[in-house]
Amino acid sequence: METAVQPISQTSVTPAKTKTIKHRLIAQRYLLLMLLPAAVWALLFAYLPMVGLYMAFVNYQPSLGEFWTQLFHSDFVGMYWFDYFFNNGDFYIIMRNTLASTLLTLLVSFPAPIIIAIALNEVKNAVFKRTVQTVSYLPHFISWVIAANIIVTVLSSDGIVNKLLQSLHITHQSILFLQEGKYFWWIVAIGNTWKEMGYSSIIYLAAISSINLELYEAAKVDGAGRFKQIIYVTLPHLKPTIVILLILSLGGVLNAGFDQHFLLGNGLTQEYSDVLSTYSFRYGLQNSMFSYASAVGLFNSVVAFIIIVIVNFSSKKLNNQSLF
Amino acid sequence: MIGKSNLSDKLFNLVIYLFLCSIFVVTFYPFWNILVVSLNDATDAVRGGLYLWPREFTLASYQSIFRNKELIGSINVTVLRTVIGTPLSVMAICMMAYSLSKRELIAWRFFTLFFIFTMYFGGGLIPTYMIIKSLGLIDSFWVYIFPGLIGVFLMILVRTFIEQLPPELEESAKIDGANELEIFARLILPLCVPVLATIALFIGIGHWNAWYDSYIYTYKPELKTLQAVLVKILNQFQTGAMVSEADQLANSSKRTPVSGESIRMAVTMVATLPIIMVYPFIQRFFVKGMMMGAIKS
Repeated sequence: METAVQPISQTSVTPAKTKTIKHRLIAQRYLLLMLLPAAVWALLFAYLPMVGLYMAFVNYQPSLGEFWTQLFHSDFVGMYWFDYFFNNGDFYIIMRNTLASTLLTLLVSFPAPIIIAIALNEVKNAVFKRTVQTVSYLPHFISWVIAANIIVTVLSSDGIVNKLLQSLHITHQSILFLQEGKYFWWIVAIGNTWKEMGYSSIIYLAAISSINLELYEAAKVDGAGRFKQIIYVTLPHLKPTIVILLILSLGGVLNAGFDQHFLLGNGLTQEYSDVLSTYSFRYGLQNSMFSYASAVGLFNSVVAFIIIVIVNFSSKKLNNQSLF
Repeated sequence: MIGKSNLSDKLFNLVIYLFLCSIFVVTFYPFWNILVVSLNDATDAVRGGLYLWPREFTLASYQSIFRNKELIGSINVTVLRTVIGTPLSVMAICMMAYSLSKRELIAWRFFTLFFIFTMYFGGGLIPTYMIIKSLGLIDSFWVYIFPGLIGVFLMILVRTFIEQLPPELEESAKIDGANELEIFARLILPLCVPVLATIALFIGIGHWNAWYDSYIYTYKPELKTLQAVLVKILNQFQTGAMVSEADQLANSSKRTPVSGESIRMAVTMVATLPIIMVYPFIQRFFVKGMMMGAIKS
């Protein structure tokens, strides 16, 4: 109710005519009507599942009838499923895979768009520049299903990568990239980079385009070649953008994409490809351990939420500092 | 001095162009390779060495796709969800954005937080599945439309756009006696066309690319989307199933030689082509969209 009353004091021009809530409801009926579809959507598909998270604290048995009645008649088990998750051997493997995959992705995919943007900025030929840009954005718009099909094809035993390695005499026999776990994190990291590097370079290109051209002229007068201009003019100007984007991407450190790991992983690589989201999927929808899978999901959501709050807070702080 | 700097400049240019050419090849070639294999005769393709151009050109793989009822059905479902889902989402998001652009709205702060919170926290996979099930959306076409109806981030883009419109327009309409519904329909909606076109493209591509909802919420084959069928084909390829869907399809078309592999390539291409075709139109919008997002975050 506090929040409901607050705007009155700010906006009412004539305090003598204090409108009641009822009057305001009537006056704003059309605005509220337009908000209705979204509100119903949020209640049904965002907040009801949050209530459903109660599953993580009970022993939910499937196939006994309607979800809600059954949920609230299931035995309350407290933190049992969380204990179970932390204390069986899976926790270590799942966390290791999740962090290895996201951090390796960060390591490979973070510098790529910066380098691409700087390189594109050095190109004078507009047609060449546009062509490279257009083509490099394309993988962003295709689904991971298509991307996975492409990756599987390229990395297959008679695919182009194996052919290249053989013709360069790096290997003689084909490497079975997708059948051996040790390659898996790299495949995901490089796949993520391939998909997003072009599109992510847009933001750096925009930052570069705001650099004052006189700075380059001044650097030239001082005898700086084009490489030195990048080091001493372009990069320092990109630093705030780089720092903010790096912090924001750290916020996704637990969010190893479901699609990549589910579509590229298989039984042979599961020890390396199983991350929080695929593990929860497997136990929930394939093994019907609904409560356990919900507990894993809840653990994931809560930790991810805490990380995002910290990250947003620190990026705001940094933003203010660099602005003033 | 000058000669030396010219030389290093040329070297620098060479490195830059080589690097960007390699980016071009790395992002373009995989698509080309898939296209080439899908257009080549399947028995000939087994010999390998198909890199730049089809050796024996044939449309057999595509013909057998377009003769297959399941694949045609999945293409229909995908088109249908895109065509129905996109305008519904755009309208719901635009109405919501207009409503939330009014700071004097009752409980404005509450509503804003109510929606923003859903961006950062959710019930997760299993509870969401249970809710979808208890709402009777399993094996229903509407499971493609309603759960993803609203994108809160897209709403913020539209709201920012509406807030930047000159307030005088709306005030004069109000003086003429128009209520908010009329103002929305006659004034706000037409003015918002640029931003709505942007989010429509994002939503439309999202619908075309979606596979997960079809994969887990539908069991009926006639409700599967194209991408979900492609997931099945990919899984069978990955696990090395003895007789895969694609192989069966290849065997069923006896007249023309096609293989499971060439079918997989052709289906991948059919799923990619619409994206490539709308691509020139998207490009105008998405850079703008990306920048709007960047400014907000």
